[in-house]
Amino acid sequence: MSDVMIEVDGLTKDYGPTRAVDGVSFSVRRGEVLGFLGPNGAGKSTTMKMLTCFLSPTSGRAQVAGHDVFDESLEVRQRLGYLPEDTPIYRDMTVLEFLEFAAAMRGMDPQEAPERIKEVGLRCGLGDVAGKLVSELSKGFRQRVGLAQAMLHDPDILILDEPTSGLDPNQIVEIRSLIKEIGREKTVILSTHILPEVQATCSRILIISGGKLVADGTPDSLRAREKGGRYRVVVESNGVPKEAIRDRLASLTGVAHCEMVAGEEGSHSFALDASAAADLRKPIFRAAVDNRWTLLELLRESASLEDVFRNLTHSEKGNS
Amino acid sequence: MSPALVISRREIRTYFNSPVAYIVVPVFVIVTGYLFFTQLFLEKQADLRGFFNIMPLLFMFIIPAITMRLLADEKSSGTLELLITLPVRDWEVVVGKFLAAMTLLCTAIGLTLVFAFTVKSMGPLDRGPAIGGYLGLILMGGAYVGIGVMASSLTRNSIVSFIVSFAICFVLYLLGKLTQFLPSSLQGLVNYLSIDSHFENIGRGVIDTRDVIYYLSVTTVSLLIATLSLESRRWR
Repeated sequence: MSDVMIEVDGLTKDYGPTRAVDGVSFSVRRGEVLGFLGPNGAGKSTTMKMLTCFLSPTSGRAQVAGHDVFDESLEVRQRLGYLPEDTPIYRDMTVLEFLEFAAAMRGMDPQEAPERIKEVGLRCGLGDVAGKLVSELSKGFRQRVGLAQAMLHDPDILILDEPTSGLDPNQIVEIRSLIKEIGREKTVILSTHILPEVQATCSRILIISGGKLVADGTPDSLRAREKGGRYRVVVESNGVPKEAIRDRLASLTGVAHCEMVAGEEGSHSFALDASAAADLRKPIFRAAVDNRWTLLELLRESASLEDVFRNLTHSEKGNS
Repeated sequence: MSPALVISRREIRTYFNSPVAYIVVPVFVIVTGYLFFTQLFLEKQADLRGFFNIMPLLFMFIIPAITMRLLADEKSSGTLELLITLPVRDWEVVVGKFLAAMTLLCTAIGLTLVFAFTVKSMGPLDRGPAIGGYLGLILMGGAYVGIGVMASSLTRNSIVSFIVSFAICFVLYLLGKLTQFLPSSLQGLVNYLSIDSHFENIGRGVIDTRDVIYYLSVTTVSLLIATLSLESRRWR
């Protein structure tokens, strides 16, 4: 089997007149944890539903583990584990019964299944609730049961739709480290709209907006794509009028915008936006030396993933 | 074990974990028991004719109650997505559900064997009609359950599912009662479509292949439609 686990080409899905997913193409290799990022209703879940053979694409193709999701859907489903959004689980079963059901549905050997259920259950922290009814579980535990179900048959590919929604901060950390651990040997796709989550767990990010793929790269490469940056400058007052310094800074080449911000007593603070990828640190320092200002602070804030996300998903909406 | 059997085993467990089995089965047995014994004591006739005659009508209420949530509930609670993304074919889901409802129905029918043995203890039981009647009950029950599974596949609301399967069964039942008002050219066809005219034959102890084929084809067609309805999510 080749290294490419998921290959998606021009995937499109229409719900009646609405186009939910519009010509999405990407591929995922073994050992990648892919974060699927986008605002609500961007088409994340729909794409995942197509990859897991719950829905069929209107056009385009998708191959999972070398099998087409439409023509060989049974083979695809045997090879992946899926945690649907909101973790739907039969409420009238106990955790153990449900996992036994999933194992039987997957045709697992009845001799080996109990051992495997125990192992996965412990890994997902289900040891204490095995005998409880699913309907009595909190959202966090239901989420873990869903995750255990997805991992039960040790699939090569895990597709998790919002795996950490509804969890408390401790559980989120646990689930993230679990996903990271799995991601070392397997392929994981997870969707989320929580940005720190992607930074914490994913080796690669896809940003989807309005059904279209708008970005694809590692967290660092995406951050680097964001042009310019924000600078924070603090100068000792020493009787120099604040406006004069502002005007001088604003006249520097590469400065798009300069504003005064509140600062501590005896100093002037400014926030500068760079217009392009230009590095403003040198010109600012030069200006300070030439004007004999005492530079107290000079800080470049690189663009955060939040900025990347906001810019990409907003401009998309503006166009449509 | 095949996925269809795994599904039906789960579904049977659900029946007996929920009030469904404990309401439907006793209600069925009590109603049939009442009708059976009143006839026995009023008409002083030790046979099962009256008991069988009421079944097409009684099934119309009991079976939609058993089948209504089979697929509709899976859709409304979202568990269908989980079920169907497991490696299982759509028809296996439908057949699994069908088998579960049939198991519950056969349990209820099995309990009414008490009546047959009561008759037997009171007088000579005519074996042919009794065996034929029970076979007919299972065949006819299969057709009703098939219709119920189909109705459940068409909606996400179990009440709607109940009403739809009740309505279909009712129309099929009514057809047999309408034949005398129809032109003679249509009578044969309409009578063939009627769900209980076939049962009358079997209840007399006559097992005609036409009747058996009728019930089996109603069941098969219903389950096929249910499968298509499940599959339709893929081409809609």
